[in-house]
Amino acid sequence: MPDPFEPRIVAFFCNWCTYLAADLAGTSRLKYAPNVRVVRLMCSGRVDPQFVLNAFARGADGVLIGGCHPGDCHYQEGNYKALRRFHLLKRLLREMGIEEERIRLEWISASEGDKVRSVINDMVEKVRALGPFTARVTEDRVLEEVTA
Amino acid sequence: MSDKPKVAFYWCASCGGCEETVVDLEEKLLDVVAAVDIVYWPVALDFKRHELETMPDGSIVATFLNGAIRTTEQEEMAQLLRKKSQLLFAFGSCSHLGGIPGLANLWDRERILPTVYRESPSTPNPEGTVPRRVSKVNGDALSLPGLFDTVRTLDQVVDVDYYVPGCPPTPKILLAALDALLNGKLPEKGTVLAPDQALCEECPRKESRPEQLSLAEVKRPHQVLIDETTCLLAQGVLCLGPATRAGCEALCVKGNMPCTGCFGPTSRVKDFGGKALSAMASVAGGKDEAEIARAFENIPDSVGTFYRYSLPSSLLRRKRLEAGR
Amino acid sequence: MSEPERRRITIDPVTRLEGHGRIEICLDERGEVDRAYFQVPELRGFEKFCEGRLAEDMPQITSRICGVCPTAHHMASVKALDSLYQVDPPPAAKKIRELVYSTFMAEDHILHFYFLGGPDFIVGPSAPAAERNVLGVIAKVGVEVGRKVITTRRKLRELSALAGGKAIHPVLGLPGGVAKALKREDQARFCEVAKETVDFALFTLDTFEKVVLKNTDYVNLILSDTFTHRTYYMGMVDKSNQINFYDGPIRVVSPSGEEFIKFRSESYLDYLTEHVEPWTYMKFCFLKPVGWKGFTEGPESGVYCVAPLARLNASERMATPLAQEAREQFYATLGSKPVHHTLANHWARIVELLYAAERMQELSADPQIIDPHVRTLPIATPREGIGVVEAPRGTLIHHYQTDEKGIIRKANLIVATQNNAARIALGVEKTAKAFIRAGNISDGILNMVEMTFRAYDPCLGCATHSMPGNMPLNIRVRDRQGRILAILQRDSEGRIHKR
Repeated sequence: MPDPFEPRIVAFFCNWCTYLAADLAGTSRLKYAPNVRVVRLMCSGRVDPQFVLNAFARGADGVLIGGCHPGDCHYQEGNYKALRRFHLLKRLLREMGIEEERIRLEWISASEGDKVRSVINDMVEKVRALGPFTARVTEDRVLEEVTA
Repeated sequence: MSDKPKVAFYWCASCGGCEETVVDLEEKLLDVVAAVDIVYWPVALDFKRHELETMPDGSIVATFLNGAIRTTEQEEMAQLLRKKSQLLFAFGSCSHLGGIPGLANLWDRERILPTVYRESPSTPNPEGTVPRRVSKVNGDALSLPGLFDTVRTLDQVVDVDYYVPGCPPTPKILLAALDALLNGKLPEKGTVLAPDQALCEECPRKESRPEQLSLAEVKRPHQVLIDETTCLLAQGVLCLGPATRAGCEALCVKGNMPCTGCFGPTSRVKDFGGKALSAMASVAGGKDEAEIARAFENIPDSVGTFYRYSLPSSLLRRKRLEAGR
Repeated sequence: MSEPERRRITIDPVTRLEGHGRIEICLDERGEVDRAYFQVPELRGFEKFCEGRLAEDMPQITSRICGVCPTAHHMASVKALDSLYQVDPPPAAKKIRELVYSTFMAEDHILHFYFLGGPDFIVGPSAPAAERNVLGVIAKVGVEVGRKVITTRRKLRELSALAGGKAIHPVLGLPGGVAKALKREDQARFCEVAKETVDFALFTLDTFEKVVLKNTDYVNLILSDTFTHRTYYMGMVDKSNQINFYDGPIRVVSPSGEEFIKFRSESYLDYLTEHVEPWTYMKFCFLKPVGWKGFTEGPESGVYCVAPLARLNASERMATPLAQEAREQFYATLGSKPVHHTLANHWARIVELLYAAERMQELSADPQIIDPHVRTLPIATPREGIGVVEAPRGTLIHHYQTDEKGIIRKANLIVATQNNAARIALGVEKTAKAFIRAGNISDGILNMVEMTFRAYDPCLGCATHSMPGNMPLNIRVRDRQGRILAILQRDSEGRIHKR
């Protein structure tokens, strides 16, 4: 009997806001799904689209980006850059056959531990419903006959 | 037999433009021909599998292979030429990055064949005939190479030593590669043989490139009159120069049209499309969803814009499709 | 290996040609050719992956169909965009486009004549294999001329890049115009090179006359029945039925020369249809009103022909004086219109070269061509567009359907060679049947079969074949089960070896 699908989500959290919020969720003993691997960056503006693409290419089922609310960025403009990149990236991923629910951008401030919990739980369920993401075309068929 | 180094040219899924670049060496081609022995060139010489197979392994000093890998025959030929050659050069965007034929990675064979052979408005095809790997006609068995679902770059199939980028590479870039080869001045293996900097550096409009740019709206080239001297991005036209490797001397920009990225990325980037997208997000957009949506409204085809030549070489390589139709 | 076991001959690949191709020749028990199949072993799928692309990107995307004639696709595509957006380019833009196009046609025809298909003729089909290439041509016409060929070609390429950004995969085309205007100093350059090209075209005609037409063997070969097919002929003409490469209605004449149909690009679907065979990735075009009757010729068969010979046959006159003179001589020598001799394509090509050069002269001298107004911005909502030009190899059709944002929903392309595909198949089989008797093969015979092919297509060969300049060829002989019985090889000195 195969194991039920457990989504693997990679999260890129900014050091000054979202990462602290995740810490807070932990110290407050808020329960949330264990499916997320967190990568800490200094700013959501540091998220290079290649990080997201690479995550999917290596087997992530979803990618979450967390940053400071607009206007609160530690580096002033970083989160606006993230928002613009995210807009284009989401479109690109959709054209590449990756459903919108698999990538998500959230503004989470340092005090919003509860938001970390609810966003992660929500995303895990949505991705679970979508099923696993197959990054690699593992075998390339060359059929003997071409069927209708 | 001469002592001249043996060189070969071969083409896979390509348009032949790279071969034309060789012809465009014009008078200089005669110098090249005097210096090497071209032993294998299907467009000009007979290629025969078993003939190539009988050549000793490594007896060809360098093979310049253009075109992406799309069929079984092309994969086999790439592997064979790899064996027979000391050095293998991926020549042109298709073998380097997948090229324009790589756009087929948005589909698979099951979706492409019906469109071409059954659903074309000028192809009624009442019997629904589609080309087959093996078919029997008038009692004769005829075969065709098989098509893969996914177009691949050359280095996804065999080990590649050097890359000569461009769609097509310019005669200057090719000549530099040949010169380096013949004079033993090749850099470290895996190098892309073009300057490792962004196209902006050699663009004739460099002076008018703004320090900061925040376009409220990106325009499609046919929507605006384009000034011939000002930086294209500054005019609101999407130019991929900042994300693209230099070496072509900005030919398209001199033609008053934006760079579309055929030379691929600089050495520090793996996924051209991701980085190009990032570059464009740095010069346009606003501060909220509405402003951003308006800024980027005129980029409805992300893959065609950011991965036009490089889809097979990207991190995801192809679109995820459901099995079957 | 005994004679009765020979069943198949494979010529793989066909050489001095753009694209991949091979020929399978099947013999009967007596060693006579029963069938021959020209197979194209590759498909890239442009008609599919153009879906979802932006319409204005199509001229640069579709030019990658062919690196020898990218300008042809670029122009057909940009004309389809004009049609799509219902926008009319300003006069200067149209002239620039046609000037660039004439420049390209001239260059491509020169390439073919001196480097590719031409050597068969200039040097001769029965000449030693070692001489059947550009070196042999230079030996025949002289080193000075060889240099002139390379220089003229280089100048034409430079002009293409001047106006189009790049010679290979130009960027000038936009719906409603061209990307940049022509400067006065560029115009002067075009005028200068146009004059040189006219002179060079006249020289080429003269060479052809001296080397080919004064040689009765060659003339007999051209007129021979083996290389003759009586099919329909199609080409683009202007209002006065003169050949035009860039714009105009499309005219079809019957095998006996009467006008069969004349239609506007938009109606191509009423007249042209594609046929599919399972043993090749290339589709075969035929005339819809006549119907597909198989690989046959004559007025009852829908098989037709395009490219230089067909264009001369489908038109009444050349639009420029020197080319018209050359055309009159062409028909005076070979017989009245239509000329059915496939090898006459080589001569027709030079007549067209002269026209292209004269047209370059006319356009570059036109004062309106340096007008700065070269764009009409499209405002209509796009939906559907069709653009047609005459590529060097024949009529080329681009047909796009888009959504209201100008994103391609569907693309249909009929690419020049497809129009000739059925006639090429006929030619290959006829030549194979005529020359391969009792299963005997030789170097000269193989070249005959190849010559049929080459007459239609400007090829992607190059100045260098194998040095010292021959085309080795290999033939696999198979039995009915496909087992290889023998491998014959023609080496670079033209000798046949059995392996």
